[in-house]
Amino acid sequence: MVVVGAGPAGLCAALEAAQAGVRALVLDENERGGGQLHKQIHRFFGSRHHGAGKRGFEIARELMEDCARAGVEVRLSSAVLGCFRTGELLVDGPQGVYVLRPRATVIATGASEKSFPFPGWTLPGVMGAGAAQTLVNLHGVLPGRRVLMVGAGNVGLIVAYQLLQAGAEVVGVVEAEGEVSGYEVHLQRVRREGVPVYLRHRLLAAEGGEGVEAALVESLDDGGVKRFRVDALCLAVGLAPQAELAAMRGCRISYAGELGGFLPWHDRDMRTSAPGVYVAGDAAGVEEASVAMDEGRLAAVSAAEDLGVLDAAEAAAIKSALLARLEGLRGGPSARSKRAAKARLCSG
Amino acid sequence: MVAGEEVTIFVDGRRVTARAGEPVAAALYAAGIRTTRFSRRRGEARGPFCMVGRCTECVMTVDGVENVRTCTTPVRDGMRVETPGGRRHGPSGA
Repeated sequence: MVVVGAGPAGLCAALEAAQAGVRALVLDENERGGGQLHKQIHRFFGSRHHGAGKRGFEIARELMEDCARAGVEVRLSSAVLGCFRTGELLVDGPQGVYVLRPRATVIATGASEKSFPFPGWTLPGVMGAGAAQTLVNLHGVLPGRRVLMVGAGNVGLIVAYQLLQAGAEVVGVVEAEGEVSGYEVHLQRVRREGVPVYLRHRLLAAEGGEGVEAALVESLDDGGVKRFRVDALCLAVGLAPQAELAAMRGCRISYAGELGGFLPWHDRDMRTSAPGVYVAGDAAGVEEASVAMDEGRLAAVSAAEDLGVLDAAEAAAIKSALLARLEGLRGGPSARSKRAAKARLCSG
Repeated sequence: MVAGEEVTIFVDGRRVTARAGEPVAAALYAAGIRTTRFSRRRGEARGPFCMVGRCTECVMTVDGVENVRTCTTPVRDGMRVETPGGRRHGPSGA
């Protein structure tokens, strides 16, 4: 089995496969494993199974160590360039460019940050919130001294708080909706630090010469325009599943706005419409890292069953435990719309 | 998070101190340089946008190789980085 992506979904898929007796190889284009976990410095919620109380980068390290112990090979700096209808994968890694012919493929490629165009959006200093998080958490570099955050979901709130902790001034968080979609605990942290959250406001433009110098924000209620002097403008306007490889493979693609947009159709057990191809984690719809981990395990169990390594009864027992856990993870009010979208997708 | 040893890179001839292993784009930001290239047609300044190798806004000429994504390319001692698009960061600064 080949797993594309060494994030929480991919590593857990490989671990579960190894446990079932399937040889798993994980490919990832980055230099280190763990996906986006390695830039998460906040403690995770959830249960013991999903590393609650630990910080993301600690979970990433543990998963990589578990893989090494389980005999899972993880090839880093290895980009999967193509996933062909023949089932072959084209890989570009330190060994050169080569072709793999796996009997099962798990697509765990994660998601990419969304953006939107506005006047001035190409100015240096305008960037994704994830990009700012990479700079500050991973490399210890501030993206700016005075930052405006656009989007009050979890990413926007968490990154705003991390920028504050790192010494930046966050002049505000702008949100077009009338309420915050991120967790209350993150909102309170940001508010306690005195950062104003502008609900029902939208970003109009960024201004500057050779870099962003100001951001214009408009109230959706009275049309009033505020001008913020900033040297960084961060966009936290959602994530989109990375579905390209699945599309290239010929997997049916569905649309679910609640889950980030276009994504490979899959059943409850993470099987796509293409035989031998499975999907897990944010690539299967943007949710939490804890969900990604269990989806990865679920995909691996389905693959092991289809390969004949697990019999139907063994697979069903593991799957029902994982599905019950996923149900619990999706129990919160903020996960409700995602859970409904996932249910619609899987029944369609 | 990983504080590598100090190395020196040259950005349009200007010496910039960096930490081994960090991406070129992060080293440039730390040195106060956020323009990585100028757009081909209109000569507009562009800088790192995604920091994960997707958007290609941060491509520069690295050791003579054009269109290198500086956000996913680690610095090496003595590396020569040039700003594409005609304009350059002067030796005295951006």
